[in-house]
Amino acid sequence: MRKLLLLSVVLSTGLLFMGRLFYLQVYDTSATTLSENNAVKTIYTIPQRGRIYDRNGKLLVSNQSSYDLMVIPREIKPFDTISLSKLLNITPEKLKKELKRARNFSPVLPSPIVSTMSQDEYAYLGEQMRKYEGFFIQKRSLRDYQIDFGANFLGYIQEVHQGIINRDDYYKSGDLIGRQGVEEQYEEILRGVKGVEHFQKDRFSRVIGPYKEGDLDITAEEGKNIELTIDAELQKYGEQLMVNKRGGIVAIEPATGEILALVAAPNYDPALLVGRERSKNYTRLDADSISKPLFDRVLQGEYPPGSPFKALTSLIALQEGVIDTQDKVYCNGGYRYGGKKPLGCHHHKSPVQLISGIAYSCNSYFASTYRSTIDKYNTPQEGIEKWRSHLESFGLGNFMGYDLPTGRPGLIPSAKRYNRTYNYPTYHWGTTATISNAIGQGEVLMTPMQMVNFTAAIANRGWFYKPHIIKNITGADTIPSIYREKQMTTIDPQHFEPVIQGLNDVYNHGTASTLKIPGIEICGKTGTAENSIRINGKKAQLTDHSVFVAFAPKDNPKIAIAVFVENGYWGSRYGGRIASIMIEKYLKGEVTRKDLENWVLTHSLEEEYAKPLSGKPFPINDGKKISAKFLAEENQEL
Amino acid sequence: MSTGRSVGSFDWALILLYLALISIGWLSIYSASYDATAETFFSLDNLHTKQLLWIGLGFVIIVFILFLDSKFFERFSSLIYVVSILSLILLFPLGKNINGATSWFALGSFTLQPSEFAKVATALALAKYLSDIQTNIKTLRDQLRAFLVIAIPALVIIPQPDPGSALVYAAFFFPLYREGIAAGYLILGASVVTLFVLTLLFSPLYIALGVATIAILLFLRNRKKRPAKFLYIGIVLACSLFTFSVNYIFENVFQQRHRDRFNIVLGKEADTQSIGYNTRQSEIAIGNGGWTGQGFLQGTQTTGKFVPEQDTDYIFSAVGEEWGFLGSGLVVVLFVLLILRIIQLSEKQKNEFSRIYGYSVAGIIFIHFAVNVGMVTGLMPTIGIPLPFFSYGGSGFWGFTILLFIFIKLDGNRVNEW
Repeated sequence: MRKLLLLSVVLSTGLLFMGRLFYLQVYDTSATTLSENNAVKTIYTIPQRGRIYDRNGKLLVSNQSSYDLMVIPREIKPFDTISLSKLLNITPEKLKKELKRARNFSPVLPSPIVSTMSQDEYAYLGEQMRKYEGFFIQKRSLRDYQIDFGANFLGYIQEVHQGIINRDDYYKSGDLIGRQGVEEQYEEILRGVKGVEHFQKDRFSRVIGPYKEGDLDITAEEGKNIELTIDAELQKYGEQLMVNKRGGIVAIEPATGEILALVAAPNYDPALLVGRERSKNYTRLDADSISKPLFDRVLQGEYPPGSPFKALTSLIALQEGVIDTQDKVYCNGGYRYGGKKPLGCHHHKSPVQLISGIAYSCNSYFASTYRSTIDKYNTPQEGIEKWRSHLESFGLGNFMGYDLPTGRPGLIPSAKRYNRTYNYPTYHWGTTATISNAIGQGEVLMTPMQMVNFTAAIANRGWFYKPHIIKNITGADTIPSIYREKQMTTIDPQHFEPVIQGLNDVYNHGTASTLKIPGIEICGKTGTAENSIRINGKKAQLTDHSVFVAFAPKDNPKIAIAVFVENGYWGSRYGGRIASIMIEKYLKGEVTRKDLENWVLTHSLEEEYAKPLSGKPFPINDGKKISAKFLAEENQEL
Repeated sequence: MSTGRSVGSFDWALILLYLALISIGWLSIYSASYDATAETFFSLDNLHTKQLLWIGLGFVIIVFILFLDSKFFERFSSLIYVVSILSLILLFPLGKNINGATSWFALGSFTLQPSEFAKVATALALAKYLSDIQTNIKTLRDQLRAFLVIAIPALVIIPQPDPGSALVYAAFFFPLYREGIAAGYLILGASVVTLFVLTLLFSPLYIALGVATIAILLFLRNRKKRPAKFLYIGIVLACSLFTFSVNYIFENVFQQRHRDRFNIVLGKEADTQSIGYNTRQSEIAIGNGGWTGQGFLQGTQTTGKFVPEQDTDYIFSAVGEEWGFLGSGLVVVLFVLLILRIIQLSEKQKNEFSRIYGYSVAGIIFIHFAVNVGMVTGLMPTIGIPLPFFSYGGSGFWGFTILLFIFIKLDGNRVNEW
């Protein structure tokens, strides 16, 4: 027995130590990260973010230096809080609060006390800083906007949030990251590569050499400059035209799919989201739930396309061979298709053929055409699916794959959807149940971006490139390959000519006859989209949206445009006017029709937008019905 | 039976374990003192170069010991003991104060710590005394004399002040117990330690009430056997007295730094900055090792010198960080094997002196190992004693080498004892 005491004590001590070592080294991993913090000093070199230019080489976004006042709480020596807070232009309470926050974060790691001070603020503070031990100033680079427009597609940069830090090793707390627009889309190109150097520290925080011989270090790489397809002049002009209106303008170059202008209204100055006031301004923009400036109506707004859709209805019918350009349809103020109320139409010459049908935007003609298309097949399900596949070839009903991070797919209803709606096969549904689709008013929804894309495809006579905003990446001298692949529609080229003629006649003697551009053959289509909102749970119809799509010149088109003005009433009223002068501006460089320009610049829809919020009953569409007399009066104004 | 002397009769297992430990130990000192900016390897400014010198001189001492007559140690043990005690006493007028303790003789730039050698002397003296035919450890008189042999060096070391080194003398309990001292001492010792720790954790009043409750329950259970009432009452009173006095001593006699050390280990205080800093840094370094370690000279905590005293008392943390669980586990296994081998060989000794000495060696190495690794891994309060064969220092290294090799010499002579 006596022999066993030391033996057993030694063995049990050995086992205890093995257990303790296992716990410390294998089971409990907290030491690993903790040690990274106190023994390795990591120095980051943040490269200059790439600059952004427009298609003509105009500088849109560059960089400016900004300064953060940082603190390492443990290194603070007693100081005069009052005088420092005066220097920083904050209250002593705020300074104390920030210091406490920094200490809670970490006593040994730097935390910002005041972020993104300007050069001027820094110049004042810089020479005083030596009095305050533990504080230091860290320089960083912020965006410097050369323009006060285009915030919707430029996006902004902000401090990276924890969710991203957890997901992506590249980002560390305090780093900046692009959000929204091209800043987000081309983040990796614009940001470059952050340089990382690791140093081994000793316990006095002195650097004693590179860590692991610098094997983990990364050399910094400058961010690359990018050139956008945007025409800054046109963009600026578009934004001016959209002041006091809501909606959007999107223009693309049909031959390339390059986005020339992407106007979302209301918009805001991109410089609002830079610097010390950034979060205050962002909150203000975000809290504006009425005009929603952060909601990009061009990319995120899904609207019924209205009459411009009739061009597609025509093309599909021609491709399916169910109509001939010579077929006549009599319109008697509407299309009657059963016991219900007819699909109404406005007053115009009758009968119409394809070209005049488009020019006059005759609802009856397209209802009939649409019906023939769907009824070509044995079941409406089959017909709808065929119709849908044609539309999808125009990039509709799906995210289009353009290079901006926001968007909506729009909607092209499927047979399945109607089956569900009408509870098929318990109940059957027929083509007439979907007849509103014929005129872009039923279930069909599109973003203005999708509308301009199909317009461009028509302008090209059957193909398009995916719309994109990237023109060039400095150094790479190429753009992503998906924007260099021609997308073919399912419509044969010869079917486009009569439709394009119809769109041209819209200007010649149709719904936009007052909006012709001198010297330019232009094609377009008005749209007047009914819409409604819910006020206090009750559905209320609002003034129609004014929609317009156009391209010009008719042959060898240079620009395709879609204009969408919320509650702008009929298509040619706002949409048509804006499209017409935008095209002129782009093709001629200036607008000759000053009266037209003036009309758009001086007309506001703010009153219209206030109506549903007033709580009072209100008339829509100015309480008027569009008549020839009314239109003539309206045009007298010019 | 062979009477010839041959090198082959030394226990090679022990020698190999020894060589393995000093090799790993030296590499760890190299890591802990590594300075990329140092000029040359051979400069005596480097701790690792100096340690290499001590190891070389240690080998000379080994050869010397192995060539001495094995009877020399038994014969001269008393003299060695007396010289050793005198050297400890001479520290008071002549010693050099390093880090607050007057434990060193300074010979030019070199220093010698006699307390490292006093362990060997005490082990020899105890073995000599207990193996004497006239000594009967069962008698109280001889027990007291044996305690005196152990206590004299310890009592001289405590006021240097170096209570850590004095604690090592508790190791001699193991040979005493092996030689037949009453098991009551073991129970007493274990109770004292348990009560001591419990007192620090809880209020002495609760401890006293707890002991009383247990005593009453035991008494009631054994009532039919007519237990001795006064024995029970005596034990309860003794325990109560002890717990209250421990509390008094802890609060009034101990210095704050001692209290802090205990409180941190007992988890009553969390302090990672001042007193707990060493232990915390040491735990971080060990934890940083993971399964296989950061690699030689790659430990961030070790090369960054975050662990104070890492080349001496905290040397094990360098092993932990750079060689990981596998490496530090191996070192634990090597120590356990070394100690077990010494115990096993001690049991084989026909000569009582050799056996007692062997047990003393095993006990001393064990106490150092247990207290040091316990401290470095945060299981024990901070008690500054070196890890044998690892910690930097000539005196310590030679002390342990002499301690071990006298035993190897004695064991080597076992075959031609009679």
